[in-house]
Amino acid sequence: MQKVKRILYSQKIAPYVFVLPFVLTFLVFFLYPLTTTIKMSFQDILPGQEQWVGLKNYQRLLTDKVFGQAVFNSLRYMVITCALLIPFPMLFAYMISSRSMKFAGAFKSIYFVPVLSSVVVAGLIFRMMFAEQPDAMMNSLLALFGQPAIWWLKLEYPSLLALVLLCCWRWTGMNMLYYLAGIKSIPTELYEAADIDGASAVQKFTKIGWPLLKPTTIYVLTISIYAGLAMFTESYMVFGNNASPHNYGLTIVGYLYRYGFEKLRMGYASAVGLALLVGALALNLVQLRLTGTIGKRGDK
Amino acid sequence: MKRTLSLLIALVMVLGMCSFASAEGATKLTLWTFIDQHATFYNTMAEEWNKANPDRQVELEATVLGYDDMHNKFKIALQSGVGAPDMCDVELGQFPNVLLGEPQLVVLNDYMAPYIDTIVPSRLSIYSKGDNHYGVPTHVGATVAFYNVELLEAAGVDYKTIVTWDDWAEAGRKLKAANPEAYMGNAETTTSWQTNLMLTQQGADVQDNSNPDDPKPTVNTPELLKAVTMQQEWVKEGLSMVCPGGQVDTEQGKAWVNTGVCATVIMPEWYMSRFVDEIPDMAGKYAIAPAPVFEAGQPRSIGGGGTGTVVSLTCPDKDLAADFIVYAKLSEFGEQMIWNVMGFDPVNTAVWDDQELTHNPENKFNKYFLTNVFDTLNEVKDEIMYIPSTSISPTMNTYFNTTLWNNLYIDLLDPAEELQLAQDAIEADIF
Repeated sequence: MQKVKRILYSQKIAPYVFVLPFVLTFLVFFLYPLTTTIKMSFQDILPGQEQWVGLKNYQRLLTDKVFGQAVFNSLRYMVITCALLIPFPMLFAYMISSRSMKFAGAFKSIYFVPVLSSVVVAGLIFRMMFAEQPDAMMNSLLALFGQPAIWWLKLEYPSLLALVLLCCWRWTGMNMLYYLAGIKSIPTELYEAADIDGASAVQKFTKIGWPLLKPTTIYVLTISIYAGLAMFTESYMVFGNNASPHNYGLTIVGYLYRYGFEKLRMGYASAVGLALLVGALALNLVQLRLTGTIGKRGDK
Repeated sequence: MKRTLSLLIALVMVLGMCSFASAEGATKLTLWTFIDQHATFYNTMAEEWNKANPDRQVELEATVLGYDDMHNKFKIALQSGVGAPDMCDVELGQFPNVLLGEPQLVVLNDYMAPYIDTIVPSRLSIYSKGDNHYGVPTHVGATVAFYNVELLEAAGVDYKTIVTWDDWAEAGRKLKAANPEAYMGNAETTTSWQTNLMLTQQGADVQDNSNPDDPKPTVNTPELLKAVTMQQEWVKEGLSMVCPGGQVDTEQGKAWVNTGVCATVIMPEWYMSRFVDEIPDMAGKYAIAPAPVFEAGQPRSIGGGGTGTVVSLTCPDKDLAADFIVYAKLSEFGEQMIWNVMGFDPVNTAVWDDQELTHNPENKFNKYFLTNVFDTLNEVKDEIMYIPSTSISPTMNTYFNTTLWNNLYIDLLDPAEELQLAQDAIEADIF
């Protein structure tokens, strides 16, 4: 009994016990799938059959134009959503946290509600809004301005607009919350001091708000890069399936899904998945290095 | 406290066992399908089966899932060996995917043996690998033309006089002159119903299947060029409209047909169930006739779409599942129900001659249309062609539905060049 107690209260063992849940989850849900995926990416896999094929899957990946298009689509979507989902949520957060703002709580809820919606339902509704019939919502809006109806989801830029709008509608509220939290954590004394010094609103933002919100911005940027690259469900729902016209809605994950789940080529899909992992990792490492989050500790 | 708790747990367990006992005797069978009407049909047939087989009762649990969702889940379940339902409806276009590698499905030859001679042969071979049959067919899916008589008559066109595609286009010009809002037909961008029909009329296919183990794409052929050039001309002339939603069997497509501007819908027979259930405003306006051809004498129909129901190898009671599904879909009663409940053309064509069944004036499908579908079906009975779905079909369809048809009918690019590009792209994409 005494022995058991000693082990239980041992200061040497306790840390390991505390990290055990994470280590287990990491091993079972990350490391094991990752190593299996690496193995599978060198195989050709069909139900009941496995065959080693060396680098064939990677060769195919590099030469496939459709994969190139999927990468381009994902990158473009990622850049646009990052460019929109950082400044606007920040602006809205500023407006809502401003003392002169009326009904701030109501606006906060209104912006946040879309975050709670299911992407499947939201995607379906956007598909209907952007339907090509003249009486569909977006075409009715165009008609108000005397414009002819267009085939939103059959054309490149209109369909991109639908995807970007859906993303902004869903995530503006979330990012705004991050910024609200960031703004709240800035000591009010700094602003008071700036007021005494006669700083303008713009100066207060560039000299106090922006630098102190940098950690929030880096966080939002990191998750937005990941989310942009991993986008799939939105496109799948807006187009109704994974086969969008001219592959306008095809993303890297959509491409992975097409080969892994629709065509059951698990080996090739594993290679695609690894390419996505490496790409997203590299992009974020570069971004974190550029923003000084990693690698610059010694400089200070 | 502890005692109360353990008593409570014991009570719950006893109750749980009681509920088990009530279902005792009936074997639970799970089934996935992607069409509501199919689930209704299977449930009806399960009741019938239980009446006829008191010693082999089934408790059917039919689940309806979305098309892509269901097929993808099922494929992964087969691949991984866990989670597959006992039975599953697999759509023709997806069938090659479940036959990849070593099919994880029960061979149904022995179970289907009593009915094999009554089934249209092409409907068996589409769900087979080698000599093994893996899917129980639902219907023939004979393609017919649905004509909007009201719209055509107003323009002075009698649909009965349409024999060739030229007649059809000429009728379209008359219609357009009388009613600029109307369209004679539609161009499909996410499927190939009409194109396949036009191909088989010329005795062609998009694949060379001379070696069944190694099918080759044959896209840049004069026959396909002729079919797509003609359809593109119709779009340019305004006779056809690029179908909203990509084809008429989508929410947008059906909504468009329901607006009443579409004079012809050329679709497999099963589309009449969509008319009845989802295109309510067109009741009493459409007549059914054989589809046009290039030259009189060519085959006027093709079997389009279809669902083969499979039994998974992981099913605990394979015999029961296989016997049930064969009974449900191939027995005489089952075949009659396929028409009565779902409005499909049964694979046992002997049923097509059963006047009492097919011309029942109370039948909701008969009530909706101006003519009886079986009159047309019997007329084209010996002309129903088919295009096999092979291991390369999914790859080809992906290219057609994302790129080729869009390039041809929306961007109006040069057909000959596009077919060559398609040929190259598909060859590169085949594993």
